[in-house]
Amino acid sequence: VSAPADDERARAFRQRLRQAIAQPNSAARVQALCVLAEDATGYLDAIQLDRALADSDPDAIGAVLERLRLAVLSSTTVDHLVPGIRVAGVRRGFYFDVFAGGFGQYRHELMQPSQQLRKFAPDVIVLSTSARPLVSALRLDASADDVESALRAEVVELRALWKTAREQFDAVVLQQTFFDVFEPVFGGFDRLAAAAPARLVGQLNDRLAQAAREDGVALLDVARASARDGLDAWFDPARWLQAKMEISPAAANRFGELVSRVVAAQRGRSRKCVVFDLDDTLWGGVVGDVGVERLVLGEGSAVGEAHLELQRYARRLKERGVILAVCSKNDPAIAEDAFSRHPEMALCRSDIACFVANWQDKAENLRCIAEALNIGLDSLVFVDDNPAERARVREALPMVAVPELPADPALYVRALASQGYFEAVAFTQDDAMRAASYAANVQRDALRAEATSMDQFLQGLDMEVQHGPIGAMQLERATQLINKTNQFNTTGRRYAADEVARLAADKGNVTLQFRLVDRLGDNGLVSVMILRPAAPGADHELEIDAWVMSCRVFGRQLEDEAMNIAAEEARARGAIAITARFVPTNRNGVIGHLFPGLGFRPSGAADATGVQRWRLALSAYEPRPTHIRRGNPRP
Amino acid sequence: MTEQDLLALFTRILRDVLMDDSIVLSMETRRPDVPNWDSFAYVNFIVVAESELGIRFNLAEVESFETVGDIVASAAARLR
Repeated sequence: VSAPADDERARAFRQRLRQAIAQPNSAARVQALCVLAEDATGYLDAIQLDRALADSDPDAIGAVLERLRLAVLSSTTVDHLVPGIRVAGVRRGFYFDVFAGGFGQYRHELMQPSQQLRKFAPDVIVLSTSARPLVSALRLDASADDVESALRAEVVELRALWKTAREQFDAVVLQQTFFDVFEPVFGGFDRLAAAAPARLVGQLNDRLAQAAREDGVALLDVARASARDGLDAWFDPARWLQAKMEISPAAANRFGELVSRVVAAQRGRSRKCVVFDLDDTLWGGVVGDVGVERLVLGEGSAVGEAHLELQRYARRLKERGVILAVCSKNDPAIAEDAFSRHPEMALCRSDIACFVANWQDKAENLRCIAEALNIGLDSLVFVDDNPAERARVREALPMVAVPELPADPALYVRALASQGYFEAVAFTQDDAMRAASYAANVQRDALRAEATSMDQFLQGLDMEVQHGPIGAMQLERATQLINKTNQFNTTGRRYAADEVARLAADKGNVTLQFRLVDRLGDNGLVSVMILRPAAPGADHELEIDAWVMSCRVFGRQLEDEAMNIAAEEARARGAIAITARFVPTNRNGVIGHLFPGLGFRPSGAADATGVQRWRLALSAYEPRPTHIRRGNPRP
Repeated sequence: MTEQDLLALFTRILRDVLMDDSIVLSMETRRPDVPNWDSFAYVNFIVVAESELGIRFNLAEVESFETVGDIVASAAARLR
């Protein structure tokens, strides 16, 4: 029988849902429903909340959530997963219009798309496929060759489906990993027997991962999640037999959460920075009271090792590009002293891009940290052992993610990791450098404060741009930048990696990638521009199909120098003009005046959706003066 | 839990699943009597009822329940 506390929670949820639905104002209703998404943990909760959202004013939804069309194509029943997907999307700022494919129809739906799916025009296609057909096609005594060719055929077929999904629909593909629902046949020997189900699934997932990496497809790792939660949490034989649900309704919300995390990562909505408290979080004890020598940290004490584990995890996050910051109520000199003097510290002071130790309100400090790093408050995760500080930050800054830390530091890493804040769909050289680059940015800001003028500051930076076409070496980073950038993004167009490669290989186009280096370091590949003939065959005018730039380098004149370079390239092709369109989104207002600022003239008035076309005549173009010199492009 | 308690609980669950507070169930109610209680909503109803009561119906029962009374009787037997 379900626990009374659970019943209590479910009743409270239903009560709040009724109150939200009763709101006469449609914006207030949607707002209240969005808040409820955080607490919709049960299967029924998600069904009800989803229904309430579906019955809400679409304009009110569009005002607070980004709408995306998502098709779930599957070899099993997936209708029951839809509410969980949609509710999890709301938690990350999306409203998914969902097309749930028919049972077993995924192949047909992609290869011969119905009118309905064509009309739906998915932005994202989730392929939820089962290992059952492969497993049942192979006898246990199948030869190694037969197993090999069956595995290979399975992956070849999936790749063909991915390709179709992209070419037919221009959609981003999420491929579910294969889910091992099979009972042991031999036991431990299953892993050694060529055609045992467990081995087939394992092999298939390995090959799938490799193919996905090569093709730039994101994985929805149900295999990992089910291993983590236990098979019983994800698979229920009764539901499979009754309704062909391979993913149990009990796991529907977890599945939705995985989908939402990966989509968020693709759209640049993953969190960027984790802000740690110090005392009793990164180390045990209050350093101001006990002194550096007596901190509980490191080998020799289980509690000390637990804090060390959190530091090690933080360092791993930093290595993959998550920015680390500190926000502590402490004397700054004492706090910094612990970093430099304690022998067991896994983190060093230079790992921390922004270090704030004072006695001020932490919510205010978090604002300062976000400002110093030039990232949104909605990019922050705040980790603090003190429930009062957590409550204060949640109340003052609801957009900051604040994981609930358990009382026992043994579980700190798990509490932080389990939330999927930092989900990623790529890992590039630039990611590895990013944390250092943000730390350098804090130094740049200090220089700016010292400089008497903006001009003097920019000159003092000693900047160099290294540019070139998008080559194989830049493909992954360029694609990531295009798809993740929401602010400096002129058209909001998204491209898959193979599409970028195709555009770059086409001699009729001009693709440009820019790195910005200065005396404080290498900012990495921070801007990409794609120009295509404005009309087929008419290459005397080149149209900016996409132009994105990392917010890390805003205000450094890179947009001016990039346009100088684009103008040179366009002239070299014999073009007489560069055209552009600005497609307003709810996040790119920061570049609303980009094109007129660069000397473009409007071509007619903006259309009904606010899209404005621009034109720059190259005959009259004077290179814009900047403090950026040209450097040699990297290979 | 009496059979009347179970009837009240199942009424509430079906109202929640279908978001329709006008639903009234009796022991004689059959699925086609309730608007929108299709096979998908039926699976959802069974999933939620099993989870709230902490019981499992077996496959044959789920396929053969004809009236709400049948479901109540089976649940009552399992809870006894």
